[in-house]
Amino acid sequence: MTDLHSLALESFHSKQGAKFAPFAGYKMPIQYPLGVKGEHLHTRESVGLFDVSHMGQLLVEGPGITKALETLVPAALREMVPGQIRYSQLTLNNGGILDDLMLTRWHDTTWGLVVNGACKHADMDHLKAMLPDSVQMTYLDTHALIAVQGPKARHALTRTIPEAGDLVFMRAVQTTWNGHPITLSCCGYTGEDGYEISIANTHAQELAEALTAREETTWVGLGARNSLRLETGLCLYGNDLTTETTPIEADLLWSIQKRRRTDGGFLGADTILQQMNDGAPRKRVGIAPADGRTPLRDHTILNNSSGNEVGEITSGGFGPTFEGPVAMGYVTHNMSAPGTELFAEVRGKSLPCTVCDPIFVQQRYVRAL
Amino acid sequence: MTVKYTREHEWIRIEGDSATVGITFYAQEQLGDVVFVELPEADTSADQGAEVAVVESVKAASDIYAPVTGTIIESNNELSERPELVNEDPENDGWFFKMQLSDPSELDDLLDEADYQVFIQEEL
Repeated sequence: MTDLHSLALESFHSKQGAKFAPFAGYKMPIQYPLGVKGEHLHTRESVGLFDVSHMGQLLVEGPGITKALETLVPAALREMVPGQIRYSQLTLNNGGILDDLMLTRWHDTTWGLVVNGACKHADMDHLKAMLPDSVQMTYLDTHALIAVQGPKARHALTRTIPEAGDLVFMRAVQTTWNGHPITLSCCGYTGEDGYEISIANTHAQELAEALTAREETTWVGLGARNSLRLETGLCLYGNDLTTETTPIEADLLWSIQKRRRTDGGFLGADTILQQMNDGAPRKRVGIAPADGRTPLRDHTILNNSSGNEVGEITSGGFGPTFEGPVAMGYVTHNMSAPGTELFAEVRGKSLPCTVCDPIFVQQRYVRAL
Repeated sequence: MTVKYTREHEWIRIEGDSATVGITFYAQEQLGDVVFVELPEADTSADQGAEVAVVESVKAASDIYAPVTGTIIESNNELSERPELVNEDPENDGWFFKMQLSDPSELDDLLDEADYQVFIQEEL
């Protein structure tokens, strides 16, 4: 793994007993001694700690930045207040998705972006090419990103960082911890209440140790991060979202606010708004095997009763909280209604399954205090 | 009673001309929490090395191969309800299937316990 980037906390994770694997060009903790299932269940019951420093943290600033960013994402940014976060996508001319991301408004002329690790360099190239020259972009590879997720995250973190108690879902604050500047965002990707903390690499271990010392917490690797997001119906870029899927096909219309639905003005708006009005050729749905037992893995082909291909699983596995197989995928429009019967090709056999809501475990965000 | 091991991390316990097959402690440790097992039906014949069963963990699906040529005579149906037995007791209650051996000389190519321990040390 010599060509891989190292996390600032790599030796810290080693001491926690992490097993590593390459992901997004980084040597990443995949699991700790508790194991994928144990880490998953601990996060749903208490607090999981995740090192997601492979993700791209960007600051973009300059006059006219809000208007310029609105040409690249379908979210309404102009109306956002300082400290507000929105989820959106970097769209392409064909309506496809270059990446999905979180955008935080700091000031009229300053935005924080968090993009996927595997896409961050392509995203930066895209932003540089598309934003006016007056915009300055800073890549914060000087900073670690630690996620603190779970029903007890609020209680636990408020004792370490008092400001955490005041934040509701999709709000952020720039503050200090032990004299070190941090960005504290109430968001995450497990379906649970929780936070992401951005802190300089030089102080990351100090924070990691303080969080580890709290009895509610355990470290969680990418393995459980995947099953946590999949159970709660959240998309993984590269699997469930690609340059060939549109936000409408991906069932992400909720992330396009009313003004943008009417006025457009972002890359791919023609295709995306046409699909919004007339329907998309295919749709992201949940898929459940009729036997309730057989996990459906990524790239499993889905057929109709005549044996014709009508879709594909894009993310599938086992949900430890759901206690059964969980999967999402794309099916043709006419096969996308909940309850529609399909057949999955599993090891040469045709396994009956049903279209369902991709949210197998309810999300539990704290939207109001 | 003899126990042999394959390079695919299966154990095979031979009793006369029949044998019980499962995966090793090392294999279950590498797989992580097992959540699903697909077993062969009785009376199916299998060549040495044929894919006869599937074990799925929270991480991935893995094939289980017939360690020798023969006929499946019984599968451990308990694993359908309790796949976690593969983790809890891989070399006893977590067995996968029993076979009638066609060619006992195939056993000579398999590893004994000491050779298997060396083999997994080399793989680590």
